[in-house]
Amino acid sequence: MLLELTGVSKRFGPVEVLSEVDLSIDAGEVCALVGDNGAGKSTLVKCVAGIHAIDGGSIAVEGEVRDISGPRDAAALGIEIVYQDLALCDNLDIVENLFLGRERRRGIVLDDDSMEQLAAETLDSLAVRTIRNLRQNVASLSGGQRQTVAIAKAVLWNSRLVILDEPTAALGVAQTRQVLELIRRLADQGLAVLYISHNLNDVFAVADRIAALYLGRMAAVLDAADTTQSQVVELITSGRSGSLGLTDTNGART
Amino acid sequence: MSENLETLHDASEPADATAAPGAPDPMGAVVAHVRGYLANVRSGEVGALPAVAGIVALCLFFGMAKPVFFSVGNLANLFGQGAAVVCIAMGLVFVLIIGEIDLSAGFASGVCAAIMAVILTDLGLSWPLAIGAALVTGTIIGLTLGALVVKLGIPSFVVTLAAFLAFQGIALIILKEGTNITIHDATVKAIAGGNLERWQGWTLLAITIAGYGAVQVSRWRRRIGRALVHEPLAVVVARIAALAALLSGTVFLLNLERSANPQIISLTGVPVVVVILGVLFTIWSFILHRTRFGRHLYAVGGNREAAVRAGVNVDRVRIAAFVICSGMAAVGGVVAASRAASVDPNTGGSNVLLLSVGAAVIGGASLFGGKGTVRAALLGGAVVAIINNGMGLMGLSAGVRFGVTGAVLLLAAGVDAASRGRGAIFGRH
Ligand SMILES: Nc1ncnc2c1ncn2[C@@H]1O[C@H](COP(=O)(O)OP(=O)(O)OP(=O)(O)O)[C@@H](O)[C@H]1O
Ligand SMILES: [Mg+2]
Repeated sequence: MLLELTGVSKRFGPVEVLSEVDLSIDAGEVCALVGDNGAGKSTLVKCVAGIHAIDGGSIAVEGEVRDISGPRDAAALGIEIVYQDLALCDNLDIVENLFLGRERRRGIVLDDDSMEQLAAETLDSLAVRTIRNLRQNVASLSGGQRQTVAIAKAVLWNSRLVILDEPTAALGVAQTRQVLELIRRLADQGLAVLYISHNLNDVFAVADRIAALYLGRMAAVLDAADTTQSQVVELITSGRSGSLGLTDTNGART
Repeated sequence: MSENLETLHDASEPADATAAPGAPDPMGAVVAHVRGYLANVRSGEVGALPAVAGIVALCLFFGMAKPVFFSVGNLANLFGQGAAVVCIAMGLVFVLIIGEIDLSAGFASGVCAAIMAVILTDLGLSWPLAIGAALVTGTIIGLTLGALVVKLGIPSFVVTLAAFLAFQGIALIILKEGTNITIHDATVKAIAGGNLERWQGWTLLAITIAGYGAVQVSRWRRRIGRALVHEPLAVVVARIAALAALLSGTVFLLNLERSANPQIISLTGVPVVVVILGVLFTIWSFILHRTRFGRHLYAVGGNREAAVRAGVNVDRVRIAAFVICSGMAAVGGVVAASRAASVDPNTGGSNVLLLSVGAAVIGGASLFGGKGTVRAALLGGAVVAIINNGMGLMGLSAGVRFGVTGAVLLLAAGVDAASRGRGAIFGRH
């Protein structure tokens, strides 16, 4: 397993936002993380990213338990996150955004040409054809193109796990499809992808497995192929569906 | 599912502004390049255009109103009059890029000039020490302002407004309640008053053009070597030729005799201050566009949160911007003191700050952050200097001159706000 969460708990003051969450993701698969507003999806991502320290449980990368205490630690382990609000600079061009904070240099001089070349190769390898001019400012890009840049930024660094928090939330139909296609391609290239979304059609379009969070607890982790949308809806809204899901609760926390 | 997605690519992307590698039709490539530039202008990326258009229009206007405006003597004068403001504006650009403001830059230059004057005259020490002390003072001022803004989180507007008042007071104290210190040191006076020999001017010109040409051509060839999108060679050559023509013309004119009484004292050659401005321009442009620090400045101004997440040391970048601003204010103070050959409590006061901010904004820096170049300070400074010089020649009163300069600053800020709006409207499809 590339990433393995065991019994991860997180509390903000008296509120337990995550309790005993287990989740594992393998290389080459898209795992979707679903759950209602406030279920704790973004919090879980931030724990993996090292933005929040976990209060219990462990996070293992390739079988080794790791203490991730910041975005740099996560990046060093090959974990990249594409946040809900895209972290792009509108006044910089695509290449400049892709390499922000990790610029290539010759001596003290920026090596813009080699960065542009590597950016072009990366976008090529992702079969991105919606972006032609790498030197245009990000401000002039469409929502889908911006999302593409944000994702490309995450895979530029030999990353092994890419986490996307609602990457298609603000996109139209065609651009959503482009991004989903890109997500699928990341997994096909051997990366592990954790994909958070509220849109079950999108989830079923790309995910290999679906993990449903219910009030901070992992209700179930299922193979997408043997699951129906209505089962997932039930898991999201009540934490259980038939024999699946949490057994001890009807919404009340213990 | 991926089959049907394959076909869903956005076919309505705008055509590339620049030539594809190995474009077969050189004329078409040039046309495409020009078209791309015009498209950028329409979408709000006006760049240096307003300032250049302003310079041309103002020169024509003042030249027709007062033919003496076009005299060689007045040309040399313009550089001297504008130099201090351009220096301060160059520093302000760095602070504007990160989305902050420094209202104290004018009086900071006054304090630094006063310290230099006291060391030269009262203490009788040498000019390198005096100028060094002025620059160190500027650096310390910048560190202090930057720390207050960045570490304590006080808005730069408030911090530098307080400093504006405080520095005024410090200058008064240093100059013992308003005495005027005259500067006798020949080297310091030569900064704004000296001229190069004719041959020195031509030599520097040759070095400048050769250097610029080499950088441009080697960059062009490198991009071809990597099969990257590149400009047509004709555009590169045209740019080098345009710079060469402009600079050669300037050197030629400045090498003409411009003394009113050549028999008594001859006055020729490129002013030293032009060389100083040229060197500062080159250094700061390099730092802004070719180094990681410069890239991070723009990133911090564009989206600070993104810079933080990308691992940029945002605090350090922001403090450095304030240090550069105050440091350049010190340079401006030295230049102003040299030109006046004296320092008084009003050095760097009056409208100096307004003109410097105006210069940066007129040149294309944005008060909203994220945008600005060293070239903006130079071009905007030229506009400001020409307005003041021309209105002076026309004999207009100080009141009218202040009013007109204020109106021009407002106009530039309006263009800034409008082009931002256009970018937002036309940028996203
Ligand atoms: N920094 C914080 N301090 C206190 N409580 C927090 C903090 N961050 C999140 N929470 C709480 O934790 C719970 C889970 O929030 P989280 O953002 O993880 O939900 P989510 O599943 O991502 O929801 P959404 O679908 O709306 O994005 C919410 O009740 C939220 O109020
Ligand atoms: Mg969320």
